[in-house]
Amino acid sequence: MFNDLTKAIKENIRDYGMYIALGFIMIIFTNLTNGLFMTPRVISDLIDMTGYIAVLSVGVTLVIVIRHIDLSIGYIAGFLGAVAAMLTSIVEMPVFLMIPLILVMGTLIGAFWTGTLVAGFKVPAFVATLAAMTIFRGLLIRVTNSATIFTANDQFNAIGNGYIPDIANVPGLHILTLIIGGLVVALFVFLEVKNRIKQISYRLHVSTLPIFIMKLVFVSSIIMFFLWKIASFKGLSWTAVIVAVVVAIYAFVTNNTTLGRHIYAVGGNPEAAELSGVSVKRITYIVFGSMGMLAGLSGILFTARLQSATPTAGMGFELDAIAGAFVGGTSASGGIGKVTGSIIGALVMASLTKGMDLMNVGVSYQYIIRGLVLVAAVVFDVYTRNMHAKQA
Amino acid sequence: MANILEMRNITKEFPGVKALDQVNFEVEEGEIHCLVGENGAGKSTLMKVLSGVYPYGTYSGDIVLNNEVQNFSRISDSEKKGVAIIYQELALIPDLSVYENIFLGHEIHKKGIINWHDTKAEAAKMLKKVKLEIHPASKIIDLGVGVQQLIEIAKALSKEVKLLILDEPTAALNESDSENLLELLKDLKKQGVTSIMISHKLKEVIAIADTVTVLRDGKTICSLKASQGEVNEKEIIKYMVGREINDIFPKRLEKNFGDVQLEVKNWSAFDRKLGRHVVKDANFNVRKGEIVGIAGLMGAGRTEFALSVFGNSKSYDISGEVLVDNQRVSLKKPKDAIDKGLAYVSEDRKGNGLILIQDIKQNITVANLSKLSNYMVIDKNEEIEIAEKYRESMNIKTPSIEQKVMNLSGGNQQKVALSKWLFVEPNVLILDEPTRGIDVGAKYEIYTIMNELVAKGLSIIMISSELPEVLGMSDRVYVMAEGRLTGELPIEEATQEKIMEMATV
Ligand SMILES: Nc1ncnc2c1ncn2[C@@H]1O[C@H](COP(=O)(O)OP(=O)(O)OP(=O)(O)O)[C@@H](O)[C@H]1O
Ligand SMILES: [Mg+2]
Repeated sequence: MFNDLTKAIKENIRDYGMYIALGFIMIIFTNLTNGLFMTPRVISDLIDMTGYIAVLSVGVTLVIVIRHIDLSIGYIAGFLGAVAAMLTSIVEMPVFLMIPLILVMGTLIGAFWTGTLVAGFKVPAFVATLAAMTIFRGLLIRVTNSATIFTANDQFNAIGNGYIPDIANVPGLHILTLIIGGLVVALFVFLEVKNRIKQISYRLHVSTLPIFIMKLVFVSSIIMFFLWKIASFKGLSWTAVIVAVVVAIYAFVTNNTTLGRHIYAVGGNPEAAELSGVSVKRITYIVFGSMGMLAGLSGILFTARLQSATPTAGMGFELDAIAGAFVGGTSASGGIGKVTGSIIGALVMASLTKGMDLMNVGVSYQYIIRGLVLVAAVVFDVYTRNMHAKQA
Repeated sequence: MANILEMRNITKEFPGVKALDQVNFEVEEGEIHCLVGENGAGKSTLMKVLSGVYPYGTYSGDIVLNNEVQNFSRISDSEKKGVAIIYQELALIPDLSVYENIFLGHEIHKKGIINWHDTKAEAAKMLKKVKLEIHPASKIIDLGVGVQQLIEIAKALSKEVKLLILDEPTAALNESDSENLLELLKDLKKQGVTSIMISHKLKEVIAIADTVTVLRDGKTICSLKASQGEVNEKEIIKYMVGREINDIFPKRLEKNFGDVQLEVKNWSAFDRKLGRHVVKDANFNVRKGEIVGIAGLMGAGRTEFALSVFGNSKSYDISGEVLVDNQRVSLKKPKDAIDKGLAYVSEDRKGNGLILIQDIKQNITVANLSKLSNYMVIDKNEEIEIAEKYRESMNIKTPSIEQKVMNLSGGNQQKVALSKWLFVEPNVLILDEPTRGIDVGAKYEIYTIMNELVAKGLSIIMISSELPEVLGMSDRVYVMAEGRLTGELPIEEATQEKIMEMATV
């Protein structure tokens, strides 16, 4: 049994590495802060502060998968966040109109600026997006007029600060959150079992039954544990719900659709993909378009969270998002990377920030430590890949 | 003569595969030893164990080189003992010069500062040893594959090699380049270099080997000595495949040619990077139920011709027309070509044929995902069934269809590439060097499949540098030279001599 376990971990270390890392980091910080890290308030806050980075991580994962990079996403998020703030506060556009408009603007920026430069003119993405980064930094200052725009719209601010309503009134516990948690666990177990039955019927390689059950129990308890924490605070935030929906959609598209398969094919071998009838150009446009859209969403989440748009909003987001993707197992050489992994990666980075904040670690040390963690993640990636190639 | 190398009871396992099972392998000093066996038999793996690619501890058994047990933990360890391996995929850096490549990794230097003078002089000596008359400063990118292969050998020689290992060195070479290489090996033998050569071309094995060792399913089957008259084609095939194969080319029961399925008129393709035409004024057609061979030397423009018709992915400047079923069509990208019923199986399966980091099933379905999806959602059950079907019908040797393609042996990779294009259900199948690196048994299987396909009314265009294959399989032969179709012969009139004459204008 123990042998099975170590073997299972060894074979899947690449897939589970970031979960293990996240677990470690949380346990360490819980110890170092005398349990403060695991309080419902901190956990809720951690998840909300990850939100706007997490959506960027999801988008940039696909960009890295197709062997490009996007450095402009931070300031595009900042810029579109400011536009969103203006639309709601100054033009007084209703939120349900503003959101789609911002998402469309983001998509257009991604597809027509970056997409055209990279796919059409073959400018290296690094250069094209470096240019976009400073352009949107400038535009952000123009739009905000170097001053902070406050957003007075409650609906808008709720996106970054509000919580889903409850269906029952139990003091100190958010019932709907728990129900959603239960449904998620049930769905997870159902899908896993279904998948396993299918794999067995096709005689594909599966883990042993005890390991499988252990995995189910383990993951389910973790999900329930965190939702319990959240439920004992104020329940699920709108941010968490939005991120969850985005991740669910992207996970489905990348795993189960032809578009997803085409994206990985382009990342795995662009020439082979092209000869197989996949238009590398089209995929490049789509991936950068989706990146722009998520940058817009990130901008909305961030602005709503702060309830204001500032001239420096978005600074450094791209680095956290890219770090999240790499920590989450995306391969720097393209073709490999899961959006769910990147979410966990983003959580790892946010946990580090949160934990160190709680411990009053100085900003300078925080930067250094986060850099080291990123390096460790990439070294781990390269190392496990070589190990797999050689296979002891 | 004493044995320079003894590999004893070597066992090497990958997850789900025992690639080598108690293999014993002995090589005498100063001989040319050929290693043969079916695809996936374990030949490449055995050589990788020997050269330290798979380090000591990841296999069991002993390597005895020069009467010493060796525990190599990396390639440089084996190089220090005089072992050099040349992989099937050439490992030269295209943008560097010949002399830089020859001394790459073991530069002539003093305290880290390279002595270019000596480097060039030494490189020139090495080139002389391999009988190459090229300038040491030429760039690799400007040289043909045959020359590159010899440069690889020069590189090995510069490391003072005693045991030279070549993994399918002639697979990508034309006949005269192959002959050159074999002559060189004989020369080196006189100078005391021992060679181990892996090859699927049994003719050259017979021509050159002192000893032939046959592997099958990871086990040593036998070692045949030329001096005892044991080396002949029939015998080798029997040991390789485990049964006798009488015809190399399966017979076609009947031939039924229909209408012209694909026609190309006045076709020219201009490569801006090279600044010249890679195809010029080609007129070509293939009928339903017909196998048309395109013969020619390496670099004649056959692949470029195929790629330019198949959606022009290389963005050549193109003129001329393509007709599918007598309808003029415009194939702007590979997708258009696929939609019109064309399929192109690349000669370069690692470069642009397969996605190595993905598994077998994903590679098989990638060109026709719409067939197994509904509103873009892939039916993964159906995908598994399809992959299983091809694994069986194509006899792909693998523990699972979820195996990554990079872990397959060369021949099995080729079968995956072929499966992928059969799944597209094309009307016109373009095969570019379809049997490169494939064993006799699998070749026979692929030829049989080709025959079945044309019997169903498909058209096959087969680009091949192997004349016996062209002559054995085609119904009609085009010959290409320097971008032009220089001749067209019905199979009855085609002979090796005529083709060679047309191929060298
Ligand atoms: N890295 C790897 N991981 C898993 N399996 C592997 C790996 N490398 C090789 N194999 C398997 O080991 C077996 C032997 O492969 P090998 O490449 O040695 O065959 P080969 O005799 O060289 O064949 P070919 O003539 O097709 O090149 C095959 O079944 C192959 O799928
Ligand atoms: Mg091989």
